[in-house]
Amino acid sequence: MIVNPDDLSCKELVELVTDFFEDRLSPSVRARFEMHLSYCAWCRVYLAQMRETVQLAGRLSEETLPKGSKEELLRAFRDWKRERGGEP
Amino acid sequence: MSWTRAIMIPICQPLQAPHIESGSPSGSPCPQTHPERHEDELLDALRSGDEAAFTTLVDKHHASMIRIARLYVGSAAAAEEVAQEAWLAVLQALRRFEGRCTLKSWIFTIVANCAKSRGERDKRVVPLSSLVQEDEDGASVPPERFLGEGHPRWPGHWSQPPEAWTDDQLVSRETLQAIAGAMETLPPMQRAVMMMRDVEGLESEETCQVLGISEANQRVLLHRARSKVRSALERYLHEGEDPSWAPR
Ligand SMILES: [Zn+2]
Repeated sequence: MIVNPDDLSCKELVELVTDFFEDRLSPSVRARFEMHLSYCAWCRVYLAQMRETVQLAGRLSEETLPKGSKEELLRAFRDWKRERGGEP
Repeated sequence: MSWTRAIMIPICQPLQAPHIESGSPSGSPCPQTHPERHEDELLDALRSGDEAAFTTLVDKHHASMIRIARLYVGSAAAAEEVAQEAWLAVLQALRRFEGRCTLKSWIFTIVANCAKSRGERDKRVVPLSSLVQEDEDGASVPPERFLGEGHPRWPGHWSQPPEAWTDDQLVSRETLQAIAGAMETLPPMQRAVMMMRDVEGLESEETCQVLGISEANQRVLLHRARSKVRSALERYLHEGEDPSWAPR
């Protein structure tokens, strides 16, 4: 297979991955991006890794709350309620 | 403490994106957000002083608020204090919340503002907003991993291509620690954007609002951040390199 001068190179593609995910590529660039992916297994791996990176980062939100802070916050909430009195 | 009172409460200006849905009963001008249906009920309950509603909100957002505060202040303890202060600011401003953005992004903006004031007061960190221009010219992948532009057949194509990660690698606890370590080493603004988008799950418009940056800037920062974290993970998974080392 001969590379068409119009094709994206892998080096160009890696700079466009976020714009691709965010759907911010122009239709013509998007077409070239997808065209490149159709023949380049390496860039498909790269794209998958970027996706996996995002998914892994999402799992960092599973961290748990420090203990003790909730009681203190509830106290603050009760104070707020009291101060506010009978306001609607 | 008096400094909390001075915190700017976000009013959630309508964002520039076109308003698509005009039929919503609340008339929300935030087209990018999809407030959950029960958000109104939660707000009503909160305003009427319902403790369960408050607890729900704390369970949902407190850990995120600490992570956001940590972007601006020097220690975990200070971040926890800031998050606590932010809740007071949220309660005090609750009546002024107009539902023009999601409750979540409103709360996150408040905690970011609290943390900024605290960080500036402690003089521990450079304000994030002054760091927007950081490091925008780096390549996502080192150029030596591609064939030269003069290559007769495959200019700019991979010479050292990435190797796919396995499911075992992806689910391991260590990989999760590695990604946390890699994010720690990012420049502050990149870390902040990746935190908002990928860890906290905010939309790009919400992220811009919380951090006070433009959409284009947000996208550049996000791309730099994700690219560097992917590289760090790759080095960790294939070469066993400690991801908390400074990225190259
Ligand atoms: Zn490629």
